[in-house]
Amino acid sequence: MTAPEYLLEAIDIVKVFGTLRANDGVTLRVAPGEIHAFLGENGAGKSTLVKMIYGSLHPTSGTIKWMGKEVVIPNPNAARKLGIGMVFQHFSLFDALTVAENISLAMPGKFDLAALSKKVAQVSVEYGLPLNPTATVADLSVGERQRIEIVRCLLQEPKLLILDEPTAVLTPQEADQLFVTLRRLASEGCSVLYISHRLEEVKRLCHSATILRHGKVVASCDPRKETAASLARLMVGGDVHAIRAAKAPVGNAVRFSLKDVNLDADGPFSVELKNINLDVRGGEVIAIAGVAGNGQSELFDAISGERPLLRGDAILIDGATCGAIGVTERRRMGAAFVPEERLGHGAVPAFALTENVVLTRHSDDASLATRGLLNRGKAGEIADRVIKTYDVRKGKADPEARSLSGGNLQKFVMGRELDRKPKVLVVNQPTWGVDAGAAATIRQALIDLARSGSAVVVISQDLDEIFELADKIAVISRGQLSQAHPAHEMTAEKIGLLMAGAHEKEASRATHS
Amino acid sequence: MQLILEKRGDRSEFFALASPFLALFLTLIVGGLIFASRGISPLEGLYVYFVEPLTQIWSLEQLVVKATPLILIGVGLAVCYMANVWNIGAEGQLTIGAIVGSMAPVLFPTWQDPSVLVVMLIMGTVGGALYGLIPGLLKTRFNANEILTSLMLVYVAQFILDWLVRGPWRDPKGFNFPVTQTFEGWQLLPTFGGTIHLGALFAVLACVALAFLMAKTLKGFEIKVTGNAPRAGRFAGFSRDRMVLFCFLLSGGLAGLAGICEVASVVGKLQPQISPGYGFAAIIVAFLGRLNPVGVLFAGLLLALSYIGGEAAQVSLGISDKIAKVVQGILLFFILSCDTLILYRIKIQFKGVGTLKAVG
Repeated sequence: MTAPEYLLEAIDIVKVFGTLRANDGVTLRVAPGEIHAFLGENGAGKSTLVKMIYGSLHPTSGTIKWMGKEVVIPNPNAARKLGIGMVFQHFSLFDALTVAENISLAMPGKFDLAALSKKVAQVSVEYGLPLNPTATVADLSVGERQRIEIVRCLLQEPKLLILDEPTAVLTPQEADQLFVTLRRLASEGCSVLYISHRLEEVKRLCHSATILRHGKVVASCDPRKETAASLARLMVGGDVHAIRAAKAPVGNAVRFSLKDVNLDADGPFSVELKNINLDVRGGEVIAIAGVAGNGQSELFDAISGERPLLRGDAILIDGATCGAIGVTERRRMGAAFVPEERLGHGAVPAFALTENVVLTRHSDDASLATRGLLNRGKAGEIADRVIKTYDVRKGKADPEARSLSGGNLQKFVMGRELDRKPKVLVVNQPTWGVDAGAAATIRQALIDLARSGSAVVVISQDLDEIFELADKIAVISRGQLSQAHPAHEMTAEKIGLLMAGAHEKEASRATHS
Repeated sequence: MQLILEKRGDRSEFFALASPFLALFLTLIVGGLIFASRGISPLEGLYVYFVEPLTQIWSLEQLVVKATPLILIGVGLAVCYMANVWNIGAEGQLTIGAIVGSMAPVLFPTWQDPSVLVVMLIMGTVGGALYGLIPGLLKTRFNANEILTSLMLVYVAQFILDWLVRGPWRDPKGFNFPVTQTFEGWQLLPTFGGTIHLGALFAVLACVALAFLMAKTLKGFEIKVTGNAPRAGRFAGFSRDRMVLFCFLLSGGLAGLAGICEVASVVGKLQPQISPGYGFAAIIVAFLGRLNPVGVLFAGLLLALSYIGGEAAQVSLGISDKIAKVVQGILLFFILSCDTLILYRIKIQFKGVGTLKAVG
């Protein structure tokens, strides 16, 4: 018997959730020893298919073949027994345990921590994944945590390793290191299924690609022979509008400043903010880059006033102090904020859009709540205006926030704040999980707001977005913010070094000398 | 074998509204079974319990009298629970309200003009509100679980009442019975002819006022946001701590008002037992009324029926008056189960069989 041509074949897979056909006849074939890219926008159905291969979901119809034989994968345990390992986007690690303890939880058989530690050390050296088995997970960076997940899979000697958007949480340098490991694995015959929507890295890394759109396969190709633009067209199903940006005006007054902002950690796993300084002039967009979990949400909370600071003069809006007052007062001073999490933070999931208008607008628009009485008609007017201006697509007249798609809700949440024409706008991850079309609309709106004279701060993990938007770029790492450099002087490599903490050393050298 | 609660995709609007009726229906069935187990014909039992009280004027009046404290307390609790603040100690706030409100007639027995009634009502409300503030402050200051603290404070309040009526406040002419002197004249709430007293009006007003608060005001919006999505509430600039205190003051105040209304009407004095557990039954009222002030109005009447039915069953059928508590318990059980099953479905997973099922 000859070896089967494909390691894994998923043939004509259909998965239906309620009325949604998340996968509609998807076929995916992965050959032994290849790095196969699985491309698609958010919501295209990538994760759904992968979860069926890993056994945590079950197909409505279709067949899965493993090494040429039809198999049923009832649960992840069965998948692991076949030789399928998976590294999720969200890690399943216990922060309070050590690396070795975390790995031992997933290992079948006898519990022998000493032997396991030795094995972990061995595998991590072999594959260039430096890890200290006795380190506590809480102290590790996101990149190191990902290594634990990968090592955990490798210990089970998989034939297929699935990675779900692994580089979303890595610095460019860490990503390069990961690629070396993956190429090494592939050369030893282990197949890799690589889920991503980052086209450049797919072009660099992968041997073949399957592209998914709206639950259907639209193309299979060799990414090395395509251009990023041609891949994007396949993924999005049309050209993505380029953003038009006039040059930022020079010499405008500073509208928003952070002066030595310090904030203690909120709990054992939150990040402490240390001496953060930033000046944003009217007319410019400053982007704050950084790997997830380096103090972005803490910084957002401090800026928005959800966690007021002790010193009022730590934050200035148009020269007026506002560090010690709450979010409502800061909005009254002309600031607006859009948090990272749309559902449950930026909007109440179970509330209609009209009510969600009141959520942030009650503070500055007195006509929305005159003497404590709500004016629903007025709120409805604002909602309609936002929906029209920012092309929010919805099913019915005044839907609940949770019934909107991620992109449309984000357009609404952004539009709600832009509609006020704020003097200062601070946005955390403006296009996280948003489709390319909506992302372009949002980015254009941010630039337009800045050019009209406002100060705009964008906190983002997406380097492409940052280069598209920003006039200046600062980088946050472990709660410290680098200087803001003009965007044209920055490269992905420079940002990567800052993400890894280069400016922390600068700062400490400055204090020692 | 494993029982798993699995979230349903969509919430059925119809069943969300039908849930209390379904719960009531199931309660009637189980109630019938209980009667049958005592050797009483289920139909006769249910008739005596749930229907007969509605056929006579005096028992209808009783219904309103019993519903009054249930609605007053229940509507305050509904607002609390809407904001995700869990005040379980309304019975204690009722007791303290009754005690503080009774200071005027007990300490100044000869005070006899309309002002004494006004003072009693105000002091009762304030007393209940301040007693409610204790678990509120413990929550905001020390993050102590308000379910536990408010519940434990019920027993503290009851012992304070017990000590007062057996000790310093005991009626010297009361033949050593543990009661204060009987209230009279302006120390009692005026009635609408029969036994229905002014408290019933307060209950209706409270429902109307809180319905308006929830539907039309920014404060009502704040309550719903805080309960629904606390993080979004903080983003909106609403303080969680202030909301906890507001809810305890409001529900405690209404429970205190209910307490003073009870002793200034039905009971007519302080004694060790002034409420048949209205503060606890009001929790059921709040949920049965869908945490909606207007719904609470109807739910209060229904729960009042369970008390009167219990008394009727004791008299005509000769079964224990504990039957009222049993019926109330069953009702709450079914409301909560119906609500849960609207949002979740039960999945039974057998080892081995589950994998077969997953294939098909």
